This record gives sequence, C-alpha cells and structure tokens, in this order.
Amino acid sequence: MICQECHQRPAAFHFTKIVNGEKTEVNLCEVCAQEKGEILMFNGQSGFDFNNLLAGLLKIDPTFQKPSQSPFQQEELLHCENCSMTFPQFLKLGRFGCSHCYDTFKDQLQPVLRRLHSGNWTHNGKIPKRIGGDLHLRKQLEELKEGLQKCISLEEFETAAKIRDEIRSIEKKLTSGYEGGK
Amino acid sequence: MSLEHFLNQAVSSWMSEEGPDSDIVLTTRIRLARNFEQYKFPTLFSHQEAQQVISEMEQLLQNSGLQKFGQMELLKIEDMQPLQKRVLVEKHLISPQLAEDSPYGAVLLTENEEISIMINEEDHIRIQCLFPGLQLTEALQAANEIDDWLESHIQYAFDEKYGYLTSCPTNVGTGIRASVMMHLPGLILTQQMNRIIPAINQLGLVVRGIYGEGSEALGNIFQISNQITLGKSEEDICRDLIGVVSQLISQERSAREALRKTSNIQLEDRVFRSLGVLTNSRIIESKEAARCLSDVRLGIDMGYIQNMSKSILNELMILTQPGFLQQYAGGQLRPHERDIRRAALIRERLKMEFNKL
Ligand SMILES: [Zn+2]
Ligand SMILES: [Zn+2]
Repeated sequence: MICQECHQRPAAFHFTKIVNGEKTEVNLCEVCAQEKGEILMFNGQSGFDFNNLLAGLLKIDPTFQKPSQSPFQQEELLHCENCSMTFPQFLKLGRFGCSHCYDTFKDQLQPVLRRLHSGNWTHNGKIPKRIGGDLHLRKQLEELKEGLQKCISLEEFETAAKIRDEIRSIEKKLTSGYEGGK
Repeated sequence: MSLEHFLNQAVSSWMSEEGPDSDIVLTTRIRLARNFEQYKFPTLFSHQEAQQVISEMEQLLQNSGLQKFGQMELLKIEDMQPLQKRVLVEKHLISPQLAEDSPYGAVLLTENEEISIMINEEDHIRIQCLFPGLQLTEALQAANEIDDWLESHIQYAFDEKYGYLTSCPTNVGTGIRASVMMHLPGLILTQQMNRIIPAINQLGLVVRGIYGEGSEALGNIFQISNQITLGKSEEDICRDLIGVVSQLISQERSAREALRKTSNIQLEDRVFRSLGVLTNSRIIESKEAARCLSDVRLGIDMGYIQNMSKSILNELMILTQPGFLQQYAGGQLRPHERDIRRAALIRERLKMEFNKL
C-alpha cells in the first residue's frame, strides 16, 4: 500500500480515524506520519483508534522487529510473571495488565514512551512521600555528575566549575537530611 | 417537578459560580490517575480484586481524614439506573467509560461535586477536581491534597524511573490530565481557530470540541489539555497550559473588541436573534440550542444583554443534554420529544431570568 500523503513511499502507519461516527482508514509512510504524527497523536483518544496507533508505533520500531529472527519471535514468548500478559496482547489492548508489566516489557517500552511523551522517558514529577523526598535530588545529582565528566573531557572548564558548585549544594542538602522533596 | 427544584438539584457549584476569567474560561479540571500496587490493573483484574479495590475505598471513606475534603458518597455503577449514569456523564463527573464499560466501577462524590474519585475505570483510582473559571493551581493543589491523603493509606504502583504506573502508557509518569474548558466565539467568528489549533497541538497540548465531534465544537466550547504526562513535573505541565490559555484569553478578548469595532450592529443583531429563538422556539435541536446559547452568552459578556446570569450557557449546555432532559421529564423521551422538551426547558429557564427584573 502506498502512502496517501506523498503517494511515493510505502505506507507503514495505518490509523482508523473516526469522524462523526464514520470510520476512515488513514495510511501514511513513516516520513509523512512523523510530520503529521504529532497532530494525529495529540488529537488522539477521542478521534483515533489509539490501539492501532500504538501497534503501528511498535511495529516500525527496529528494536521490536528484527527480520533475521526465527518465526518464533522472542517477544511472542515474553510475558509478565505477575499477570501473564504477553507483548502481542499488550499491542492488541493498548493497556498493561499490572504494574509489573512495565518492568517485563521495559526494552520494548522505552521507544514507545519517547514517542508518546515528546522524547521523555523518565518521570520528573511528584514522588510518594514513603519512597523518600530526596529521590529527585539523587537523580539530579547523577545527571550533573555525568554532565561534569562531559565538560571536563571537552575542556569546558568554566561550565564544569558551575556544575561542580551545583553538585556541592545538592550534596549539602542531601547530607543535611533534606525532607519533602520540594 | 418544578424547574427551580430541578435546578437546585441538578446545578453544581462549578456550573453556577464564577471563577477567575470566567467570561472565557468556564471550568478547570485536574485528573490524577493512580493504581494500587498489589492488584492487577482493571484491564485484567479478577472480580475478586475489583471488589477488594472497592472495599478498600469504602473503608477509607469511614476514615474521618477523608471528611475534610467534604461529605462524600460512594455510588456503585451496578446500582445505578441508566439515566442516573447518563446524567453524571453529562455533568462530566464520571466518564462514559466508567458508565458503560466498567462493571466493577464506582465513584466517590463530594456534595458540591467539585471532587469525584472514579474507581475501577481504566485505572483503579482517578481523582478529579472540577473548579469554575481558570484555577489550575488551585485545582492541582486540591487534587494533590487528596492524593497525599490517599497515598498515606494506599500502596500506590510507583516506579522511580517511570513514576506513577498506569494501565495505559499515555498516562504514565504524573498520571495528570489538566484541562480547561473555554468559550471562544470571538475566535470562531473571526475564523482564527483553524489556524490556532495546529499551533497549540505543536506545543504538546490537545484541543477538543466538548460536545461536538472532531473540529466542530458545539456552542464554541473547547477543551484544552496536556497530552504529555511523562518527563515534566505537574507544576510545569500546569504552567505550560496556563501560558497557552492566557494567550487564548487575550486573543479571544481582542477578537471580541475587533468584532465590536467592525460589526457592532451585526453582532448585536445576531445576539438578539439568538435570544429570540431561545425565548420563543417550541422545538429546538441541541446543535441550534448550543449555537444560540453561545451567542447569548457572548451578548452578556459584551454588555449587549444586561441583567442575565452568565452561568446560563454553562448550565443550559449541560441541562439540555438527553440524560438531563429525560430526568426532568421523569422518563424516556424519543429524540423528537427531547427537542420539544429542550425548547420548553430553555424558555422556562429564561423566564426565570426575566422575572428577576
Ligand atoms: Zn508519505
Ligand atoms: Zn503484568
């Protein structure tokens, strides 16, 4: 099938669009889908069949589909220990079965999350108090330390000095028993 | 049932009260999606697990700590009449999915209906706070307070890397959906909305018509909400939304002023014709009613119509939905009968306004 937008490349994305209760098929190549993709995705849920979209996203993902694999693909066998959901099942439902699924399918999940959340794949918001208020700071510290190494290797010493100050102030907060995360 | 009595029962505070910028922003809503760590998500959970989720919530309801958020009541979907469910959906207190596709669903509602907690919908818990006008910060704070309280009694499914784990990966992370309902007749009349919607989409926000489908928004009412839930903090998500909403507010205000300058008499004519239709029609479809209500509300905001409640658009958009009309009529109505009822309800409601004078 040829992409309905550019009429050149083969269509890799297949959406079902529902307008006024009428189903319309949308077939786009990867280039055009990425171009229109944001609009399609962001208008999602009410108008678009999200499950098809998700399945579409995963199918074109190179980490998911390796042509050299045997007919019994590894992903077919992968299932959640807790709820026994398989990856094809997840693709079909567009929903996970339990919280353990996030760990089970972590390798497949990262590219999906990046696409769904504008390139983001790690949480940066609220943290339950029982888990500890300093989680944010520890995360931030890790990132800063990485940045520091990079700056040093690039010989950007001025930036490196600034980062070092930030690291110090966070370390101080952590050791002084900073609470609450805010 | 008299209309006044019906209104007293049907109209929630967020429908009738005025909030900040309420000439353009009708309501603000914050929703947080949460799940119990120990139970499977509603996608796969057993009947028994579903019951356990409900009974845990019932136990929490006994706790006096929850009472500080207002008198709460737990309603189970299985105990509700179809009409009752429909009315709650039309008031945006529960989702269509909870009403139709969640056999083990329930909802915790406060008396003033500002807070609703959906149970066993797509996620075990969905906390929702609904405020009049533009009050994102206030609504977020209210939702966070309930969330903090629940979290001290419930082991939530949470991951250091992915945040709050949700049934659908589109909600993972903060689990937040912040949305603002706006009345934008000026941008529609000046034909700017088609240009604005893609620009808003580019910023990672979604624009939806509230009662209509697709791009056709019934009553010129649009909902703007965040799409991304992962990688940004709740405060940043709300701040980004406020930024866009504030811009829309000022664009809508300048569109209204431009209309006043260029087509004052035409606009006034349009407003009063619509008021005439609403005051006099005997049969009215929801689409026409929505259009006329939007015109009248614009007329009130711009001062063409005086001494009339601003809440009339908000109220009547909700009360003239099929579920409410049937509740008011006290039974099932066919579509044609609804149109007659709708016209009657609007006439009566407007008469109450005229009698105030
Ligand atoms: Zn193409
Ligand atoms: Zn699982």
